[in-house]
Amino acid sequence: MAAVDALLDDVLNRAEGVSEQAEVFHLSRRRRPVSFEANRLKALEGADSSGMALRLIKDGRVGFASTTHWQGAGDLVSHALETAPFGPKAMMEFPGRRDFTPVQVYDPALEGHPLEDMIELGRRIIDGLRAAEPDLLCDATVSRSVSIVTLRNSRGGRAQYTKGVFSAYAGGTLIKDTDMLFLGDSAASCHPITDPAPLVDGVLTQLERGRTVASPASGSLPVVFTPRGVAAALLPPLLAGFNGKAVLQGSSPLVGKLGERLLDERFSLWDNPTLPMIPGSRACDDEGVPAAAMPLVDKGVISGFLYDLQTAGQAGAAKAGNSHRGLGSLPSPGVSVALVSEGEVSFNDMIADIKDGIVVERLLGAGQSNILGGEFNANVLLGYRVEKGKITGRLKNTVINGNVYTVLKSVQGLGSDAQWLGGSLKTPSVYCANVSVATTD
Amino acid sequence: MNDSLQDLITHALKGHGAQYVELRIHEGASSHVRYRGRELEEVNRSTAGGGCVRALAGGGWGFVSFNSLDGLRDKVKSAVHNARLVGGDPVALSPTDPVVDSVEPQVDKDPSAIPLRDKKLLLDQYVEEIWRTPGISTSTVGYGDARRRRVFANSEGSYVDQTTLDVVLRLNAVARDGPEVQQSGVSLGAAGDFSEIEGLHRQAREVGQRAVELLKAPQVKGGEYTVVLEPVLAGVFIHEAFGHLSEADHVYEDKRMQEIMVLGRRFGGSHLNVVDGAAAPRLRGSYAYDDEGVPSTLSPLLREGVLVGRLHSRETAAKMGESPTGNARAIGPQHPPIVRMTNTYIENGAPSPEDIIADVKDGLYVGNWYGGMTSMEQFTFSAGEAWLIRNGRVEELRRPVLLTGNLFTTLESIDAVANDLSMNQGGGCGKGGQSPLPVSNGSPHIRIRRCLIGGS
Repeated sequence: MAAVDALLDDVLNRAEGVSEQAEVFHLSRRRRPVSFEANRLKALEGADSSGMALRLIKDGRVGFASTTHWQGAGDLVSHALETAPFGPKAMMEFPGRRDFTPVQVYDPALEGHPLEDMIELGRRIIDGLRAAEPDLLCDATVSRSVSIVTLRNSRGGRAQYTKGVFSAYAGGTLIKDTDMLFLGDSAASCHPITDPAPLVDGVLTQLERGRTVASPASGSLPVVFTPRGVAAALLPPLLAGFNGKAVLQGSSPLVGKLGERLLDERFSLWDNPTLPMIPGSRACDDEGVPAAAMPLVDKGVISGFLYDLQTAGQAGAAKAGNSHRGLGSLPSPGVSVALVSEGEVSFNDMIADIKDGIVVERLLGAGQSNILGGEFNANVLLGYRVEKGKITGRLKNTVINGNVYTVLKSVQGLGSDAQWLGGSLKTPSVYCANVSVATTD
Repeated sequence: MNDSLQDLITHALKGHGAQYVELRIHEGASSHVRYRGRELEEVNRSTAGGGCVRALAGGGWGFVSFNSLDGLRDKVKSAVHNARLVGGDPVALSPTDPVVDSVEPQVDKDPSAIPLRDKKLLLDQYVEEIWRTPGISTSTVGYGDARRRRVFANSEGSYVDQTTLDVVLRLNAVARDGPEVQQSGVSLGAAGDFSEIEGLHRQAREVGQRAVELLKAPQVKGGEYTVVLEPVLAGVFIHEAFGHLSEADHVYEDKRMQEIMVLGRRFGGSHLNVVDGAAAPRLRGSYAYDDEGVPSTLSPLLREGVLVGRLHSRETAAKMGESPTGNARAIGPQHPPIVRMTNTYIENGAPSPEDIIADVKDGLYVGNWYGGMTSMEQFTFSAGEAWLIRNGRVEELRRPVLLTGNLFTTLESIDAVANDLSMNQGGGCGKGGQSPLPVSNGSPHIRIRRCLIGGS
């Protein structure tokens, strides 16, 4: 990293000389994906990428430039200076030198994990799926990546951490005439994944529940969102309301609601980036502010919003620490590791409780509706019909519609089945009453 | 990059004993301006650069990507090594003639020549137009332009140096009344011509007005409707409903899919004609050569409702015994090329748009868009605007709706195609982690019977 350090020092020194404050952010990543297509090993990749961004404050305004070009560092200062006169008014100071409580997100075993073992994992996943259903056409990706984030600013702030993430995805397609069934599950960890069983079981459970097509369901029905269903339908519209930018601009439905109980008192939602060896965790945010656990919803009460330095400054007393950034744009507030409170009802008990309803697993087109208003409105890509306490097959040509602030105001129950999804979200199933379901005849 | 780059690349590609090797180098420069509310939230300038090698050896593919051009020959060696580790049955590539060419963009008003100050001046005006309507709680206006150069070379002797330009503009307004939040927006784009995003003051004002109107508009009830789609939304529809399934990489390894997507199968009425092609001039999905160095084409996909073609890379074309169409695209140097759409559209029919609305007793007129997605069989696309149609007339505004369909019934249910084709240039396409790829899509007004709508 000596070369990177010298490069960052050089850019920061030059920027300091022409601005009030400056900050450099560098990201480098090595990825090794192994991909399987149509049941067989298809390609091996090696992907190295790196780049840096410069943010500076000149005459009270924020200028910004970034590059991934092999000769791009030389122009960063002049590009950032060119944008500054038009940039937003700076409402922040970069943080000075801080001590961070370490948060471990790097397992040295990850980088040396043999390629052969990654190929083997993919093979075993596909073999496991095809043993249960020979007609299944499977894709899989097994990947490991190591990222290094380096940050320093003109006020003495410095941060650097290395994160290693191992991920695996398994998908299967089953086509009968013109009926297509899509299955898929994924896992992510800071440690190498070697056991194919959880992924295979996850996909096969979907297959078992969805193999036959059930009779259509429609009306205002009870709905169980599985953990994957919660991630697809409920969390994006809910989290949009906690973004400090939306709150500041008055476009969040949660404006002025801090401290009010808007959701079911069993429902809590925390952001906790300090959990060790969780892919979404980190010791500091992407502006060098120490990471800390914070409640967004505590027992149904709206308890906090997500801010980065600039939005925290604009909001007054609020605390920063939730910033995320890629290379190409300014930091922006967001959640790191979302944790939804676990309940006491088993998934099977939820199903047994339903006379006529549905289970939502995967959606198609979520995110195309009025997310900011709390709405979810999507095709049920994978979901099941529940009749008289039993799953009776897969739904087709079905859409659901609702608003998180309505359906989470009072839930029927929270599951005892909390699980990690993708390394940055842990949630149980959520059982809701009265969600609008429509279908073709 | 200078003349010696060609030597460097040619040297790096020589003598690895692989069946096929290709090398791409990308360089780009872009600028972005974003407003939130009346305040400018971000202005930035970015430069990008990187490269990749893709190799086919012993039946497997190897791929290596990088930012630094140091040790290019070793990178080729490493991609070939990866390919050999994969192994497998032989893979054929459709033969194409090697091409040596250099392509520069042709535009009237190149955005990279326009000072930031002038871009900001125009955007300031749009922001003010949005805010003319009382009751707006916030707005976002985002502008971006990019110049992208890609140099492609392969072990068969091709060397293509190609530069494209791209411009996008998104205007969005948010209105809030207590817990009710509604939004309205438009997305526009162009293949690099800045003048195409000038003079949009009226549209900007309407975006503000619409957001506020939507607060008072009721939601439609979920269920089946006869819908008339305006061209911009119908373009998104055909991209999702049919375009993705015409990408041969979804079909070439899958026997059952091949049975479903067999050439000659009827998908719609004789008024339905669909085309895709990067050879259509000056659109966001236009280019001279794809990322395998194959010249762009214009491919008929549906002719009079019957499947007549699909989109190919060299590998999928060879596997299916069809001709390459120049649709292998990579969004950047970090990705291998995959089969993608370019400019996809429904061709004009005979009736006027008024004619196809006049026949509808009870239905919905839907336009504008938030987005769309497909799972092949089922797809969704969402309208930014919806109005009731009663007795052949477009009447009251309703809240935005999500429309969903099924490939095997929805295309058949298109019973009218009007004569006013117009292209939607504001979208980007995502597939296989490569997003947003510049594409365009378009259509005249179309009418669909029994389309499923999500609602209260």
